[in-house]
Amino acid sequence: MTALAPQSTHHVSKEVILQASEVTMKFGGLVAVDGVNLTVHAGEIVGLIGPNGAGKTTFFNCLTGMYKPTTGRVEFNGAILPPKPREVVVAGMARTFQNIRLFPNMTALENVMVGRYCRTTSGPVTSIVHGPKFRREEQETRARAAELLEYVGLGHQGASLARNLPYGDQRRLEIARALATDPKLLLLDEPTAGMNPQETREAEELVFRIRDSGLAIVVIEHDMKFIFNLCDRVLCLVRGKTLIEGTATEVQSDPRVIEAYIGSPKTKEAPDA
Amino acid sequence: MILDPLINGLSLGALYALIAVGYTVVYGIVQLINFAHGEIFMVGAFGALSTWIVLGRATNNLSWWMLPLMILGGMIVGIAVAVLMERFAYRPLRHAPRLAPLITAIGISVFLQEFVRLFFGMIPGFPDAKAAVPFPQIEFFTGPAVNLGFAVVQRATFFTLAALIICWGFLWWFVNRTKLGRAMLATSQDADTARLMGIDVDKIITVAFAVGAGLAAIAGVAHGLRYGNIDFKMGFLAGLKAFTAAVLGGIGNINGAVVGGLVLGVVESLATSLVTGQFGGAAWKDVWAFVLLIIVLVFRPQGIMGAKVVDRA
Repeated sequence: MTALAPQSTHHVSKEVILQASEVTMKFGGLVAVDGVNLTVHAGEIVGLIGPNGAGKTTFFNCLTGMYKPTTGRVEFNGAILPPKPREVVVAGMARTFQNIRLFPNMTALENVMVGRYCRTTSGPVTSIVHGPKFRREEQETRARAAELLEYVGLGHQGASLARNLPYGDQRRLEIARALATDPKLLLLDEPTAGMNPQETREAEELVFRIRDSGLAIVVIEHDMKFIFNLCDRVLCLVRGKTLIEGTATEVQSDPRVIEAYIGSPKTKEAPDA
Repeated sequence: MILDPLINGLSLGALYALIAVGYTVVYGIVQLINFAHGEIFMVGAFGALSTWIVLGRATNNLSWWMLPLMILGGMIVGIAVAVLMERFAYRPLRHAPRLAPLITAIGISVFLQEFVRLFFGMIPGFPDAKAAVPFPQIEFFTGPAVNLGFAVVQRATFFTLAALIICWGFLWWFVNRTKLGRAMLATSQDADTARLMGIDVDKIITVAFAVGAGLAAIAGVAHGLRYGNIDFKMGFLAGLKAFTAAVLGGIGNINGAVVGGLVLGVVESLATSLVTGQFGGAAWKDVWAFVLLIIVLVFRPQGIMGAKVVDRA
């Protein structure tokens, strides 16, 4: 990891966990993300909204090193993040996916154990020799994974193959797997997509619990009720650009946001559950 | 009567299976058919031979305990060659069109064969490898066949079958019970996601090549014990057969490679001994092997145990 390089105009305080500055991602002539800034503080939930194709997921991919941004910089915990997924995870940023991407033929428990990979140290030689350190680490990994499954409410599903889990459980399993990497910041890409209202409420409750355990969260969501219930701040992207950034209430009532979406957010805003 | 060719087929099949695992493991992780893998088998055999030449030839030591040392030597050479091959030949082509690594594999294959042919004998004290080289006939694992009453079994057969069973058990344990194995499984199912979960995919690929090479080297030793000599081009046909076995079992599936190898060996051996006359006998054994491949490709293209691989997400 590179050392602290506070070149930005913002003062990098201890509080700031993620600072993305002027992130731009071009694919040929298409500018998918255009100069987006995002600052996330510890223990904060930030919502990322915008119509389909606004560049939300592309922006996530820039943050997690899946894409190398054309220009711009991502600082995490005061250090510039290299655009390499593995190092991003090691630095403490984990994510879930819009289209569920579990390891389908592994059990739920194994999926979470894979998440522990970068936090354990035994290498190939120790594995084969099967030394005490290896055994202890395996035990710890297993115990921690079981604990996380319990935490997201899948304690009874550990032995099921990931592909056989119901949809909502698969989403929760992805969160457990991401948590297994001991992140400081969790990126959730549409965590309630395809969920029924009951499951959405459970997901909401889970996200709050994760926040209360001290993690910062950035969440992409189309469910506005979910976003406005959950988020301390909301960033609205339209065609790759930041339309508005503010508190949930500010963004909710901004006419430009209403305009950017098809239909008005008022129709989506059912009475508070 | 039928038991002799059956047991012989199992022994041959075990040899194929040990090599086939290397094809399947690497394919499962990088979707690359490493056609140079047969050469790793050959190089492993020469590594084992070299170990014996250095440690045992002076005293003509053929005691049983030379064998583990030879296996170790063969594995070290095989794994080293495979890891170097991956690092310097395949890794630069990781994002190249699929044809590029395939052609590279053929190139490496020719290179390794010629390298052994031309340079093995140039090491002081080493035999010339331009033709077949005698492989040390370790006592206990070679020598007169054992009559079990119901069948007469070559001693090398015991070694080959035991090697396969032990390696298979080890692989199962490695894949299902270790962190590295789990990471391999994850990478084979979705490499991008594995990377995003903090797995060093390059390292996993190296491990896959190393595991395959280790087993191929053991197969090389088994081949030496079975046939009494080794030569620089033995990897070609064995590699092709093992590849067939891997496809037969369902490429990407370790158990499939083992089953495919055994099935191929048994079919080859039975067909050779049961079909006689103009279209029978030893000359036709390769024909039967590839006929079986064609039949499987037509009627069950995913292989005998291929169902598990199909649902890669």
